[in-house]
Amino acid sequence: MTFVGWTLILVFTALIALLAKPAGLWLFALYEGRRTPLHGVLGPVERGFYRVAGIDPAREQGWRTYALHMLMFQVVTTLFTYAILRAQAVLPLNPRGLAGVGADGSMNTAIAFVTNTNWQWYAGESVLSNFSQMVALTLHNFLSAATGIAVAFALFRGFARAQTKLLGNFWADLTRVTLYLLLPISIVYAVFLVASGVPQTFASTIDATTLEGVKQTIVVGPVASQEAIKMLGTNGGGFFNANSAHPFENPTALTNFVQMLSIFLLGAGLTWTFGKAVGNPRQGWAILAAMLTLFVAGASIAYWQEAASTPLLHGLGLSGGNLEGKEVRFGLAASALFSAVTTAASCGAVNAMHDSFTALGGLIPMFNMQLGEIVIGGVGSGIYGFLLFALLAVFIAGLMVGRTPEYVGKKIEAREVKLAVLAIAILPLCILGLSAIASVLPAGLAGPLNKGPHGFSEILYAFSSATANNGSAFAGLSAGTPFYNGLLGVGMWLGRFFIIIPVLAIAGSLAAKKHTPATAGSFPTTGPLWVGLLIGTILIIGGLTFLPSLALGPVADHVASASGKLF
Amino acid sequence: MIKDFASALRPSLAMTGLFAVVLCGLYPALITGVAQAAFPQAANGSLIERDGHVVGSALLGQGFASDRYFHGRPSAAGANGYDPTASSGSNLGPASQVLHDRIVKDLGAAKTSPRSSSPGSVPSDLVTASASGLDPHISPEAALFQIDRVAQARGIDPARVRLLVDAQVEKPLAGFLGEPRVNVLALNLALDAATAKGASSSQ
Repeated sequence: MTFVGWTLILVFTALIALLAKPAGLWLFALYEGRRTPLHGVLGPVERGFYRVAGIDPAREQGWRTYALHMLMFQVVTTLFTYAILRAQAVLPLNPRGLAGVGADGSMNTAIAFVTNTNWQWYAGESVLSNFSQMVALTLHNFLSAATGIAVAFALFRGFARAQTKLLGNFWADLTRVTLYLLLPISIVYAVFLVASGVPQTFASTIDATTLEGVKQTIVVGPVASQEAIKMLGTNGGGFFNANSAHPFENPTALTNFVQMLSIFLLGAGLTWTFGKAVGNPRQGWAILAAMLTLFVAGASIAYWQEAASTPLLHGLGLSGGNLEGKEVRFGLAASALFSAVTTAASCGAVNAMHDSFTALGGLIPMFNMQLGEIVIGGVGSGIYGFLLFALLAVFIAGLMVGRTPEYVGKKIEAREVKLAVLAIAILPLCILGLSAIASVLPAGLAGPLNKGPHGFSEILYAFSSATANNGSAFAGLSAGTPFYNGLLGVGMWLGRFFIIIPVLAIAGSLAAKKHTPATAGSFPTTGPLWVGLLIGTILIIGGLTFLPSLALGPVADHVASASGKLF
Repeated sequence: MIKDFASALRPSLAMTGLFAVVLCGLYPALITGVAQAAFPQAANGSLIERDGHVVGSALLGQGFASDRYFHGRPSAAGANGYDPTASSGSNLGPASQVLHDRIVKDLGAAKTSPRSSSPGSVPSDLVTASASGLDPHISPEAALFQIDRVAQARGIDPARVRLLVDAQVEKPLAGFLGEPRVNVLALNLALDAATAKGASSSQ
């Protein structure tokens, strides 16, 4: 560990805290449907969309209609992507003549991108054409992110409004977030990436002859335009197999730093937006404080472990930390930090191979995902997932003092708590249940590359990643089989929509309630006591469930390798 | 109920098409236009040409086996390494026997090659595989470690090679972003250029 390494982690965290309000202000304008400076240019586009699609943006929806339109849109875009991947061979921008993708692989990828997971069983550079990358996948990079923010907006309205059924219009939220937020930032961001070295061309391959006379086929494509929204929308699906470790996706230490910032930017901003929406920005700051505390703890442990390296490397006389699976231009600190950022959010991009992390360094990304990616979290999904834990925390506080719990001016009653528990329970159910299935069936056991406890870690990581909609992997797992494509697809779909639907139901239930003014007896949800209670609830309810499985994977791995055992 | 589904279907279909045009057509086309006009070198892969032939990309590593060149890191990209159509790390875990055996083999090879300027142990980036398999860089220590081998193979003064290495060391940005590093391809190109010049001036 070095002073420079800690500086990086601290500067990064401070910048996120500083960016939360500006990003939150912009998001708040979209939440309220206010005019932004960009309406002059893009306003006609927005109105054109509504006209063609037959949408009245002023006509608000109750939670059931909001959910139905959202779901229908997800199903249609899933089929859109499935069809393109299947038909890849006959579609344009495919100079290498890549074949169509198989049925199970296409369905897995369509679900992966619709759910903002971006799990990739394939290697982008050898399986997908530029058309598939640009059309089938980039569409979801925008729209899955916008969908997450739309759902978060609906939940915010549930808290902010009183005695109404209406939560906003899904199409208006989706369109405004995409056109006035994601698209403009992506344009500037993509140009910055190209200027830094990321390719952007419709060409596909270039043949080079190396200095030693070997042929090297260099794969290029429209990388920058996809990379920008991949990070901003916490999607994480790389153009290339190596993702943000690939020098064409992430060429410099500066692009790496900006990529990390852009993963957290909107998620951090949404905490401020929430506070503003419920009339007290300090409510948002309290959430961000709890998130950043958990984040810095995770990032620090990961950095400490990677710098401490492994008994294997020490035994061979290698000093300077664990560099297996890491890039020289990033080094230990930026690799460990990136791993914590990408799993705290639901991004899943990687700039180092988590599979080759130290046992406990690799536990951190896995644990971040198992908490439900609520430490900043995915765009939209982070804040609504976090608010489920907030409801649980006020419920627990209410039990302790024997009062009906309240949160930001709403009484939290049996229906909301039941729905919150339902949504929170889907994670352990899918992660542990599906991992257990894969750990006993031959088709599942054929997957892991590594032997011993690390092989189990690969399986557990995969289902944690899929269900939490992350998309990163212990990539040694051979997941491109019908068994894993199917089972992981189930995990991704349930992990996305079996949380979104209860969240919208909670929003509907809250919106119908009256505002309850805070009294001397109300539990304050802004101070350090509240932040501590939140962190405790998250770690106990969210984390404890997974301790036995972590003991079988990374912890066993650590103990065995510390005693010099190799597998 | 069926009416509700029908009312959701039309906007779903229409919005999919509309967004596809803007986000998957106009947006990448705009970025490609700007990129090709303003940053053609970067937009096309930062290719390096020598004598009219593309020899590689400034951003991608390539395999070097000859003693006359500086070597990059072990690569898990493709069967022979440094294959940009198959970027990948080794994904070997922290207690992997396969990883152990690979490093032992690479250490043996590194230690038997001539070296005198770096009596310390082998720099760890020289025997660990990168995340992408295409890492263009090695640490300055890893470059210094190879100076004597390269100088001996080329029959030139190690001090001259050392100057070339020093000139290629890139420092962290703003003091905390990134690690000190050397681009192996750039160093080897500089080495070829310097040696060719040296040869022609001595004739």
